[in-house]
Amino acid sequence: MGILNKLDNSVEQFESGNIIITSMDKLLNWSRLSSMWQMFFGLACCAIEMMATSASHYDLDRFGIIPRPSPRHVDIILISGTVTLKMATRIKRLYDEMPAPKYILSMGSCANCGGPYWEHGYHVLKGIDRIIPVDVYVPGCPPRPEALLEGLIKLQERIRNQSLAKHTA
Amino acid sequence: MAELRTEEMILNMGPQHPSTHGVLRLVLTLNGEIVEEVKPVLGYLHRCFEKHAEAMTYPQVIPYTDRMDYLNAMSNELAYVLAVEKLLGIEVPERVEYIRVIMSELQRIASHLVAIGTYGNDSGAMTPFLYCFMDREKVLELFEIVCGARMLYNYIWVGGLSHDITPEFITKTKELIKYLRPRMKMINNLLSYNKIFIERTAKIGILPPEVAINAGVSGPTLRGSGVKYDLRKSDPYSIYNKFDFDICVGTGERGVVGDCWNRYIVRAYEIEQSLRIIEQAIDSIPEGDVQSAVPKRVKPVAGESYVRTESPKGELGYYIISDGSLNPYRVKARSPSFCNISVINQISRGHMIADVVMILGSFDIVLGCIDR
Repeated sequence: MGILNKLDNSVEQFESGNIIITSMDKLLNWSRLSSMWQMFFGLACCAIEMMATSASHYDLDRFGIIPRPSPRHVDIILISGTVTLKMATRIKRLYDEMPAPKYILSMGSCANCGGPYWEHGYHVLKGIDRIIPVDVYVPGCPPRPEALLEGLIKLQERIRNQSLAKHTA
Repeated sequence: MAELRTEEMILNMGPQHPSTHGVLRLVLTLNGEIVEEVKPVLGYLHRCFEKHAEAMTYPQVIPYTDRMDYLNAMSNELAYVLAVEKLLGIEVPERVEYIRVIMSELQRIASHLVAIGTYGNDSGAMTPFLYCFMDREKVLELFEIVCGARMLYNYIWVGGLSHDITPEFITKTKELIKYLRPRMKMINNLLSYNKIFIERTAKIGILPPEVAINAGVSGPTLRGSGVKYDLRKSDPYSIYNKFDFDICVGTGERGVVGDCWNRYIVRAYEIEQSLRIIEQAIDSIPEGDVQSAVPKRVKPVAGESYVRTESPKGELGYYIISDGSLNPYRVKARSPSFCNISVINQISRGHMIADVVMILGSFDIVLGCIDR
């Protein structure tokens, strides 16, 4: 009963039949956080670490995170690298194309705040949160795969605490 | 009978496309499924390297060179540092030279593994990607032992290195050499000599040597066309003249010389040559202090210097003008990927859309290197 164990205290199960009782919130959140499909989209150096994380050594698949090439299939987008002004409009557009609920993970210092390019980078956007809302920030230049995994687990926690009725910050 | 034609169609490939290796945009002009023109649009990753170089002191520029071609940070550092050292006129200890060569060859292996893995991925083979990244982790582990970083190191300093190597590094490097040889054989059997892969890449995107030379193409892309030109041999820098290794060229073993398969296989063979260089260097590292020649203050006299090196992507050069102050007056980087991509229009004409993906992958471009 692997699935039911994961739903743990939120589930009431009847001994006789295949009936479980749970709340809509719990069920939705559980299904969302267990299959966060990710946009197949890399920007700069961090993209290589993102690829390394999804390859065999760190294996993102075990979190249900699968890269998909189209924005219409995906739930999360990892902003993995420096966002230049020329690219920023494209990212905004990609974000708008994603179906809700959508989550953003900003990976690395460049996406967080401009990173090493914050002072003299005349063509660098100083933080992706200036154009799209960010759920989780992962610091580092580039972040280690372990740091990225930690960020994704934080994002899962955030999704677990969501509610349909009340807006959670 | 007049030739049948469909209406011309413009197709945008990228900047968000899984096989453009970053944020490159290709504007394809199509006749049906046949490509008539490819126009690369650059600048999606322009990170103002030259502006930063003007505003920073000489050692502060090194981390920015790391981030230019992020798959081979060590080679970028080495080229820049060699240019600054030429300007300063300092001699570095022999131990430093040996470690630098070992590091840049390890980096070449890591970079080529990514190139092979992602090229397999482009052609629809996911497995080599997973294997290559597994092996690359082992190389990165070595860098981690020495300097703590996985990808962007700031390891090679002007006049020296940030850390000395440890005995653990030497034993692990020897283990890696033993481990990688059979692995490369396996990857070659899995991908390089795979019938489906050869069908996808052989006789696609043939780059004639004279076109390559005229366009300034360098590195494995040039050697795939059968031109025996490697700066480590033709214009040796650092201590490359002490080592015995071969220049790998495309020989038309499969397909014809200059096609995608030959460009690809040069990288697979070069890993073996890099292993040979490391094998020779690792046993003969002389004793010494790696920071004995590091200057307290890097302030060269007014002048200019240009150093070119063989990075895994091709000829990487740094041209530095000094006005005698602490900051460089100007740093110009001659990046290999930028020149290599310039021939894409010429060699993609007449191929299918799916072949453009293979042609682009066979250049092994890095967008940080193109846009800087």
